[in-house]
Amino acid sequence: MLTFNYSIWILVLPAVMFLVLGLGGKYMKPVVSGVLGTITMAITTVLAYLTAYQYFFSVGKAADGTYKAIEAFNFEWLRFTDTLHIDLGMYIDAISSMMLIVITTVSLMVHIYSLGYMKGEKGFQRYYAFLSLFSFSMLGLVVATNIFQMYIFWELVGVSSFLLIGFYYTKPSAVAASKKAFIVTRFADFFFLIGILLLSYFTKTFDFGTLTAVGAPCFSSFAGASFLGISAISWTMFLIFMGGVGKSALLPFHVWLPDAMEGPTPVSALIHAATMVVAGVFLIARLFPIYLFQTPEVLHLIGYIGAITAIFAAVVACTQTDIKRVLAFSTISQIAYMITALSVSGYDGHDGLGYMASMFHLFTHAFFKALLFLGAGAIIHAVHSNEMDDMGGLWKKMPIANWTFLIACLAIAGIFPFSGFFSKDEILAAALHHDIVLFSILFIAAGLTAFYMFRLYFRIFHYENKQYHHAPHDAGPSMSIPLIFLAVVTVVAGWLIPFDTLITADGKAFESHIDPLVAGLSIGIALVGIVGAYVFYFKKNEKPDQVATSLGWFYRATHNKFYFDEIWMFATRSIIFKCVSKPMAWIDVNVIDGFMNGLAYVSHQASEAIKGFQSGRIQQYALIYLVGALVLIVTFCGWLVAFITK
Amino acid sequence: MVSNIIFFILAFVTVVSSILAVTSQKIIRSAVFLLFVLLSTGGFYFLLDYHFLAITQIAVYAGGVMVLFIFSIVLTSQPGIGVKFEKPGRMLVAALAALTGLAICGHIIFYNVNRVYYYVTQDELKVQDIGFGLLGTEKYQNMLPFEAVSLLLLACIIGGVMIARKR
Amino acid sequence: MGEFITNLLNNTIPIELYLAVTTIVFFVGVYGFLSRKNMIMVLISIELMLNAADINFAVFNRYLYPGQLEGFYFTLFAIAIAAAEAAIAIAIIINIYRKVHTIYVDEDVSKMKY
Repeated sequence: MLTFNYSIWILVLPAVMFLVLGLGGKYMKPVVSGVLGTITMAITTVLAYLTAYQYFFSVGKAADGTYKAIEAFNFEWLRFTDTLHIDLGMYIDAISSMMLIVITTVSLMVHIYSLGYMKGEKGFQRYYAFLSLFSFSMLGLVVATNIFQMYIFWELVGVSSFLLIGFYYTKPSAVAASKKAFIVTRFADFFFLIGILLLSYFTKTFDFGTLTAVGAPCFSSFAGASFLGISAISWTMFLIFMGGVGKSALLPFHVWLPDAMEGPTPVSALIHAATMVVAGVFLIARLFPIYLFQTPEVLHLIGYIGAITAIFAAVVACTQTDIKRVLAFSTISQIAYMITALSVSGYDGHDGLGYMASMFHLFTHAFFKALLFLGAGAIIHAVHSNEMDDMGGLWKKMPIANWTFLIACLAIAGIFPFSGFFSKDEILAAALHHDIVLFSILFIAAGLTAFYMFRLYFRIFHYENKQYHHAPHDAGPSMSIPLIFLAVVTVVAGWLIPFDTLITADGKAFESHIDPLVAGLSIGIALVGIVGAYVFYFKKNEKPDQVATSLGWFYRATHNKFYFDEIWMFATRSIIFKCVSKPMAWIDVNVIDGFMNGLAYVSHQASEAIKGFQSGRIQQYALIYLVGALVLIVTFCGWLVAFITK
Repeated sequence: MVSNIIFFILAFVTVVSSILAVTSQKIIRSAVFLLFVLLSTGGFYFLLDYHFLAITQIAVYAGGVMVLFIFSIVLTSQPGIGVKFEKPGRMLVAALAALTGLAICGHIIFYNVNRVYYYVTQDELKVQDIGFGLLGTEKYQNMLPFEAVSLLLLACIIGGVMIARKR
Repeated sequence: MGEFITNLLNNTIPIELYLAVTTIVFFVGVYGFLSRKNMIMVLISIELMLNAADINFAVFNRYLYPGQLEGFYFTLFAIAIAAAEAAIAIAIIINIYRKVHTIYVDEDVSKMKY
């Protein structure tokens, strides 16, 4: 498709910028590298918008009004068989176009914001190089033409996330957090890889187009294969989903995301709120037809994992005091929403509401969560602390931060007419039509979301009037402009963009309505949450402590994130390390090394023993040679004589 | 008749001189006995009617190589220090090995050489024929070994220069 | 006994006699090579062995293939090679003597091993 020729630059530009900044950053002034990275990102953003515009409004729509996927580029890279080959290319369809917009927009905002936020930091150029690397990897992930390319970029975003979380590599906690994030996601990716291998083994292809075609014939080879009483395809799709669990921080692999907040705040906004963590959602959405038609039971399981994660993270978020951790748990909860929404979706027409709602929520959430993180970054920048106790009464001192944060809180709480309302409403409507249990869990989580977000808001901007060393004030334009821009997007995104005609499971437009019952319920529970937060936290009072004491162990458990970190620690330290690693280390040290050492010892001894033979004394050699020659002659002649005389 | 007597004289000189050459305690004497061996080897070549070979032997060995030996002996001998006596055990082992070899080879020569041969008298070889044989490329002509030897000599010249140059 | 001597003196010399002489010279050379420590003595022994081999070439050619000259030529080449070898060997010996002031193979010369 010639018209998408320019779209390759969406990938090439950030990659080149990563190389330029990574290799040449040392020789640039920090400002130069920052501006260079930002301009490149701006160009990429324009190209991404152009691509998406072209796809949605001129090229992508087929004659019958459905959206078909387009392979803009495809380079064959490794060929195994005629059908099984790893390609690198660009696969442009509705969801990847939408992701292009999300990633480039948020990335551009973060680039601009970081110009102010990271000013004067050591390693400024490195920071921008990593941002470029991340943008490249994430863009490559969403436009992957086949699952293996996706896996490659999947690992690349993991690496860039690792690098950015550990950006302050002199801080031990940051180093530990980056290691944790990398190891946990890598552990999950291990299952993902097994899943990919299983999938390609049975279907003989990596290609998304072939895999996700309705009624794809390639799944027939799965028939009959099973393991532990569960069919092979269920295993495969479940293992692939495990990769998504790791990246999207669902239970039980969510432990890395709160710790990942050790990274710079704009990084949290970009990677750990808007883009990378939704890769799991994107993965399920990409493979949605397989899940729906081949393994509906896995999709059910996904729905329940998502719902449990949503409520769990919401509860934990209510008790955290580090504002970034509150946002991190909020992110976990909202991503779980999207996953659950996917699981309650059908395929055609109005049945595909869940799919559309999930993508819609992904879109709106990216913007308002990025806004929340960037706002939190502005606050942290002003008061030099992450803790709620160090904040309070900031609403007069930081008006821009106050208003944008409020807008984002209203959006995530689901108040009309902010964007979160529309997407969340669609999710709840889809869940209600599909599964009442999931609906009620999500419904309660929605109330909790409103509660903890406004707890956060009131604790930061009202509560009590603190005395600060430096009077906090709004940051400069480079930090304010992204906030205002994202706030505007947050306000308008919900009703401006007709998601039901653009992004649907089957590519056909359908008519979605706002269900008055669901809308009323969700606004109602959101208001309950907000009022609850108002009562507890608008002015400083004793009620929160009283409630906390009355809840007793439950509060403590919640505050400690239900001890998931400790459980993992126990599992790794006490079970894996002691029962698996220790014996393996023992075998390695004693058996394998011992064998090698023994070999070395034996050969050393042998060489010591026979070293004397090679004395370098020619005469000795000559003597031995002569004796040998004579012995040979005698033997040979004797044999010859015996042979002749016989 | 005369040639037979000459042969026995040469054989006696060769054997005795060679034994003396390897057992003598003074190197210069060894060199002189070696010279006798080389000269009598030339004599053998005369007896075999290979006159050119005999002259070459005397010119190259007795003339060239012996001078080198004498020079090196003079250059490396320290006055007042004789040649060291060898260890008797070592000499015994060497003598034993050499005698065993001699016995085996002698046995083979005297009991197993049974090829029929006729000793034909022949005229003196013409140097012209020798030259053609050396430089031709036909059958029984030896251009290739000749060239190989010339290359070897070149390598020796270079090696000699390398060894002798001052560092 | 007398008959034996007159036979020896009047007939052509048997090939075995030549071979006997060269064998003795060769093994005397072997003895010298194995027993002597002086490098020049070793070299002299090598020359003895070479000479014995040379004579053998010539004798075999003369007795067994009188019409041809192969053995002759190889004797010629062997003489050339032996001369070259002796020259180089002596150059090396003199160099070693300059360095370590000895020409005994079991003394300081063994340093060169490493």
